[in-house]
Amino acid sequence: MGFLDIRNVTKSYGSVQVLHEVDIEVQEGEFLVLVGPSGCGKSTLLNMIAGLEVITSGEIAIKGRVVNGVHPSRRNIAMVFQSYALYPNMTVGQNMTFGLEMHGVPKAERDVALARVAKLLQIDHLLDRKPGQLSGGQRQRVAMGRALVRNPDVFLFDEPLSNLDAKLRVDMRTEIKKLHQTLKTTIVYVTHDQIEAMTLSTRIAVMNKGYVQQLGTPKDIYDTPTNVYVATFMGSPAMNIVPATVMMEGGIPHAAVTDADGSIRHLRFSQPNLAEWAGKPILLGIRPEAITDPEGADRKSGNIVALSNRVGVTEPAGSDTFVTMQLCGKDIVARMRADATVAPGQVFDFAVNMEKAVAFDPATEMRIAP
Amino acid sequence: MAAVTQDTAVSTGRVTRAFIYLVLVLFALFYLLPLYVMGVNSVKPLSEITGGNMMALPQVWTLEPWRQAWSTAQIGVEPTGLRPYFLNSILMVVPAVAISTIVGALNGYVLTKWRFRGDTWVFGLMLFSCFIPFQIVLIPMAVVLGKLGLAGSVAGLVLVHVVYGIGFTTLYFRNYYASFPTELVRAAMIDGAGFFRIFWRILLPVSGPIAVVSVIWQFTNIWNDFLFGVSFGGTSQPMTVALNNLVQSSTGVKEYNVHFAGAILAALPTLIVYIVAGRYFVRGLMAGSVKG
Repeated sequence: MGFLDIRNVTKSYGSVQVLHEVDIEVQEGEFLVLVGPSGCGKSTLLNMIAGLEVITSGEIAIKGRVVNGVHPSRRNIAMVFQSYALYPNMTVGQNMTFGLEMHGVPKAERDVALARVAKLLQIDHLLDRKPGQLSGGQRQRVAMGRALVRNPDVFLFDEPLSNLDAKLRVDMRTEIKKLHQTLKTTIVYVTHDQIEAMTLSTRIAVMNKGYVQQLGTPKDIYDTPTNVYVATFMGSPAMNIVPATVMMEGGIPHAAVTDADGSIRHLRFSQPNLAEWAGKPILLGIRPEAITDPEGADRKSGNIVALSNRVGVTEPAGSDTFVTMQLCGKDIVARMRADATVAPGQVFDFAVNMEKAVAFDPATEMRIAP
Repeated sequence: MAAVTQDTAVSTGRVTRAFIYLVLVLFALFYLLPLYVMGVNSVKPLSEITGGNMMALPQVWTLEPWRQAWSTAQIGVEPTGLRPYFLNSILMVVPAVAISTIVGALNGYVLTKWRFRGDTWVFGLMLFSCFIPFQIVLIPMAVVLGKLGLAGSVAGLVLVHVVYGIGFTTLYFRNYYASFPTELVRAAMIDGAGFFRIFWRILLPVSGPIAVVSVIWQFTNIWNDFLFGVSFGGTSQPMTVALNNLVQSSTGVKEYNVHFAGAILAALPTLIVYIVAGRYFVRGLMAGSVKG
């Protein structure tokens, strides 16, 4: 039993089921991120944990207590909303202590809690202002402060950073991570941004169309995505997926791929279990950073395979240079060192780290190796 | 704000501008003329009016017509002046405006933030009540008031006006609260505030502009109403009915100066409401629009 248990939870509106048997066990101090495109049910799930939406079937328990019928205010949770939802007529201080006031906490205790949190978030100087007089980043802090003041069991974040501009978003992301490391509270965080999911979480639940596609640590999700959807959703640029055929050479499975000029190339797999797929088509998944110039290849990898191919487009991005080329009739992206010398139209010897390659069943799109 | 209007205003020449102001002043004078006539003639002795010069300033200034209109003029059979009826109107209009505005605000709150199955139908029906002409409900209303034992009382009039006003006030508040972020209500729920606490502490403090709209609308309508007053007023008739009785009396000399004073007295409260609240109304609208 975890700290927050989501057991076989479903949600239906009339005959439309928007959430299918979600089963997640969150341990104390974990940072769980629910990530997925809009309409995948992640916010619905969060609202059900908060008690803002009714659970159709299944149960949610916090600290072992089933909270299905419990009013939001008695679940000992706090929520940070996308729009911050600060009460416009109250000062920052009143906003932050409103919850305590509603729970009948005496004024003196409220002031102590307010001072503690304001100091932690460095908003002491803003306490007498109205939300309308604050910048986006300050409002964000106040919204988090309002959640922190109550010392809840579980924090719920509903896309808290999506209203901020790009630079501030990165800063606040670090801030949230820092806060979690200091306070070690249990957090459930909803976002559509896979980078936020990767950087913040201790575990990620990738959701799509009301199903949890994969639940795991960021590394699990990134390195061994359970299906093509997760593979392409997580990571930017997305994982390259190309149709290939498994060939046996000297008893070792290889992926046969067609390069830009129509020649067949063989890429040696590191996964022996693909021998079962000999002669059959698969979907080969390779992350852009696993295709580099030979000097940039991972020295720790035991299986760097050379692949010479014609370069299509180069995109210098400052920190890296992205190269687009054709493989098996599809455009794939390689991530080179910034100063790799590569020109469009040139035939270049790429180094492919096949240890990081992933293979999917083309019929079910599920991972078959590793 | 001012900078924006200056930038977007059409630039005009000096002559054109002078012409525009001239026209505006003429229209203003034209519209103020009736008020001038009323004001001037209410402070003249009757002889000066019957003498034929209605537009001239009084030769003898007197407040006697005002005193008469207020406390001694013959209203129907009693020489009471308008004072008791003015009181009736106040006793009717204040609770009626307050109750209909509060109920409208609660309705708007429920219809937008505590949605239920069929809420749009309920709202549609309430909206429909705005289109029912007064005359249609006279007889059914008389029956209801009779059954409730409220016929011919101020309480009865309050009830009639509240029932009639709820459609409008609900419409105002519903549309205003529809743009109020629901996340705030949810945040307050998580903070532990209940139905009324959320209404009182979160929604009401930001409802100023729409409350002013509702109050102005209701106050004007209820104060100026004649039909319900004359039908259901009984012994506690409002100001409008009394004014009619004063002006339309068919016996004796027509005391125009008293009538003018009485008419101004009857119009004064709505005028004051507009002057006082109108400013807040505009200010509220501006604040909302700038915040976006």
